[in-house]
Amino acid sequence: MSYITKPKFHHPKLPRNDLGLTRRDYEGAMSTLCAGCGHDSVSAAIVEACFELNLPAHKLAKMSGIGCSSKTPTYFLSKSHGFNSVHGRMPSVATGANLANNELKYIGVSGDGDTASIGFGQFAHAVRRQVDMLYIVENNGTYGLTKGQFSATNDRVSLGRKGQKNAFEAIDLAAMAIQLGASFVGRGFSGDKEQLVPMIKAALSHKGFAFIDVISPCVTFNNHNGSTKSFEFFRDNERSITATDYIAPKETITADYKEGSMIDVTLHDSSRVRLRKLDANYNPSDPAAALQHIMKHQALGEVATGLLYLDVEDTELKERMDMVEVPLNSLGVKELRPDLTALEKINSSLR
Amino acid sequence: MTVNDFVIKFANVNGSGSASANALFAKAIFRMGVPVAPKNIFPSNIQGLPTWFECRVNGKGHLGRRDGINIMVAMNPQSWDDDVKAILPGGYLLYDSTFIREIERDDIKTIGVPLTQLCNERFTIPRERQLFKNVAYVGALTALLDMDFEVVKGMIAEQFRGKDKLIAPNVDALELGRNYALKYFDCPLDTKVASSNAVGDQILIEGNAAAGLGCVFAGATVAAWYPITPSTSVAEAFEGYCHKLRIDEETGRKKFAVVQAEDELSAIGMVIGANWNGARAFTATSGPGISLMSEFLGLAYFAEVPAVLFNIQRGGPSTGMPTRTQQSDITACAYASHGDTKHVLIFPSDPSECFDFAIEAFDLAERLQTPIIIMSDLDLGMNEWTTKPLKIDEDRGFDRGKVLDAKQLDEVEQFGRYLDVDGDGIPYRTYPGTHPEKGAFFTRGTSHNEFAGYTEDGSVNVRVMERLVHKFNTAKELVPGPVFGQDCQTSTLGLIYFGTTASSVPEAMEMLNERGIKIDTMRIRSFPFSAEVESFIDSHEKVFLVEQNRDAQLRSLLVNECEIDPARIVPVLNYDGFPITAKCIMDLVCKGLGEAESNVEAGTVAAE
Repeated sequence: MSYITKPKFHHPKLPRNDLGLTRRDYEGAMSTLCAGCGHDSVSAAIVEACFELNLPAHKLAKMSGIGCSSKTPTYFLSKSHGFNSVHGRMPSVATGANLANNELKYIGVSGDGDTASIGFGQFAHAVRRQVDMLYIVENNGTYGLTKGQFSATNDRVSLGRKGQKNAFEAIDLAAMAIQLGASFVGRGFSGDKEQLVPMIKAALSHKGFAFIDVISPCVTFNNHNGSTKSFEFFRDNERSITATDYIAPKETITADYKEGSMIDVTLHDSSRVRLRKLDANYNPSDPAAALQHIMKHQALGEVATGLLYLDVEDTELKERMDMVEVPLNSLGVKELRPDLTALEKINSSLR
Repeated sequence: MTVNDFVIKFANVNGSGSASANALFAKAIFRMGVPVAPKNIFPSNIQGLPTWFECRVNGKGHLGRRDGINIMVAMNPQSWDDDVKAILPGGYLLYDSTFIREIERDDIKTIGVPLTQLCNERFTIPRERQLFKNVAYVGALTALLDMDFEVVKGMIAEQFRGKDKLIAPNVDALELGRNYALKYFDCPLDTKVASSNAVGDQILIEGNAAAGLGCVFAGATVAAWYPITPSTSVAEAFEGYCHKLRIDEETGRKKFAVVQAEDELSAIGMVIGANWNGARAFTATSGPGISLMSEFLGLAYFAEVPAVLFNIQRGGPSTGMPTRTQQSDITACAYASHGDTKHVLIFPSDPSECFDFAIEAFDLAERLQTPIIIMSDLDLGMNEWTTKPLKIDEDRGFDRGKVLDAKQLDEVEQFGRYLDVDGDGIPYRTYPGTHPEKGAFFTRGTSHNEFAGYTEDGSVNVRVMERLVHKFNTAKELVPGPVFGQDCQTSTLGLIYFGTTASSVPEAMEMLNERGIKIDTMRIRSFPFSAEVESFIDSHEKVFLVEQNRDAQLRSLLVNECEIDPARIVPVLNYDGFPITAKCIMDLVCKGLGEAESNVEAGTVAAE
């Protein structure tokens, strides 16, 4: 890990976005993760996505649980509030925060231990409630901070560092998210920025629960031969179904594509995702097809990636709960406290 | 003739529709201006098991539970033997004489009303025949106890307003019972109800309903909860009142959010997330929920996030007695979570205080940036109490505590989330989204410095932990202080109580007074304890402490926090799941004073 304080100065000619900010303005403290950790690439992808989307960092909140992945919010967006909660319970804290103020964007960062084991219940219910947030799992199949135990996403065929066998089936979080009602589900790879950055941008523009399972190898405990979460294994066995382009609201793209080979989907903020389909028959708005696709590749020992499922028609939490447009945390005594005559009426009704 | 002083108990089968008839009876007495304390003694079950409704009627306003039944309405063959045994000598047994029952006591008076037969003759639908038996015994009681029949009829009309077709058959059923009693018995009995003005402007309400309503007036916008007896009705009352009082007139949309969470962990997590983000949020739970919420409570304590939690205590440990009352979560709540943690507790003693303290709790939570736990119990939460009307000061605003807005952030040189700027141990916070450049911080349960940065420097951690103690000391002056009995400081003996035992203590003091034993009293209303609490104990030679748990938990807390010699505090304990009686308090105090047992036991209840 690095232990120096990150210098604040930067080159005066660094490119700036529409807000006049550089990428450095979206960074955080120096990472303390192992050198080469996949998670740092995910943090970099988040920085890149927010920079390109021209997001004001203070209008975004970073939520996490406990574990290596949950430490990462310190390493990006230092001008955003962050909440490093308790193990596996980030979904509930994010839900409460969302109910209080739905005008902020929420990025939840979790790991496979935090989400697929201790926090499996909370994860399921946050998905089912369509909390308006981007939920990223940095998935490495192992417990890093406690030195390399199998996690619940470790494939049954995947061996431990010392050749230990894994007796139990893996949980596929992307498949779970689709089944539980997430309206945006993708899978990426920490080593593939080209795929990951547009997917994060699209997810941040989506209204509703957006889930991205990012395979993010653990260089210390799960990057060996025999592991199915190693850089090498993933590069050989990743099967991308879609290549995703993110198109900002006013941007136009003129490249020609063969008919039927791409779909444009307009997101809630009128930006678009362009899915260049690598399988002409794939329909990303069909949850059953998405599940079948995931399972088909699983059976072949491969991992399906790309934007796997997208439904822009679905409603999110606040709408489902029929709440007022303005954030609840902006309401004061005048809006919240009933008239005193109402209290008198209640007293009378109780006599 | 005994007027306005008796205990009546209804023994029913749960799920048989008796609850509304019994409530009608209690409310009718209340409407006649006579103080009444109805208590449901119910099983953890939906249908078919014995359930009781006990109602103390007392013109002097002594409404704590009292042992010994003057009138038993025995409608349940399953519990018949025990019900008959519970009647005091000279008391009455009202039963359904359609069925022949052997009554082996000759020291009680029996009133047989053929309720089943009367209802079967009058009504044809089976469900009506069943339900109206309950209304018919209320009718009989109106005659036997000389109740104001117009009041009862009026209440039926009120209850079924809008469903007018139901009024006539209900009144019909009332009259069936009433006329039978008038015809076959000498009415009234030598125990009766007489109209009075002892109730004054008081209201009849459950503690949980008052707490839920208090949250509405406190400006709570987010409630996250998981169903658990006996706390469920707090969230339900909040939601019910919000539907009436918190709908945006223009859009018809909600200015609140109620989430039934997947479990208690999630419920408190949502509350912490919402409070962190500047919305007033609360949860309600009971013992098992407290155990589950403990980890999160530690986070809120250490990361200094406001939260309001209602703990409607029930019988423990473990699943315990879910439908009985206790005050046995004091230790679990005061020190909830691992590591050195302490939480502010507030003890309401009646529904009116449930309302007041709900409002107070949100101010305290935000002022102190920590969880506030309101320690109610099943007796208070789920029973209707005769209580003062609910009031709030018209000018009272919300105390949002130390929160910096964008302008204030521009003015401060350096923002440190955990800096003790004012010397009271309470730092300043910001809501997410406030300022583009300043005020962002990282909320964490890991050890942190004054700027919310992660640290493994032990001396920094010590500094933060000591500031938290300092903040807790500041809390002593902000939380509701103790209430003293009127004769305070005249005796060498003191008695401390808290929460619902307040319904029995004044009566116990009266009884002790009659025996020439004078005791000063103090009702504790919160933890941490203020200086007044300590000086009360210091100024009395011997102090009794009334609690409804086995281990004298509040005593441990006092001994521990105020460094008091344990020998000076004599526990007066009751933990059978039923509210403590005045007689029990008196007996145990006398025992503590070394009074002769025979003297103590001399039929105090029956002689009253």
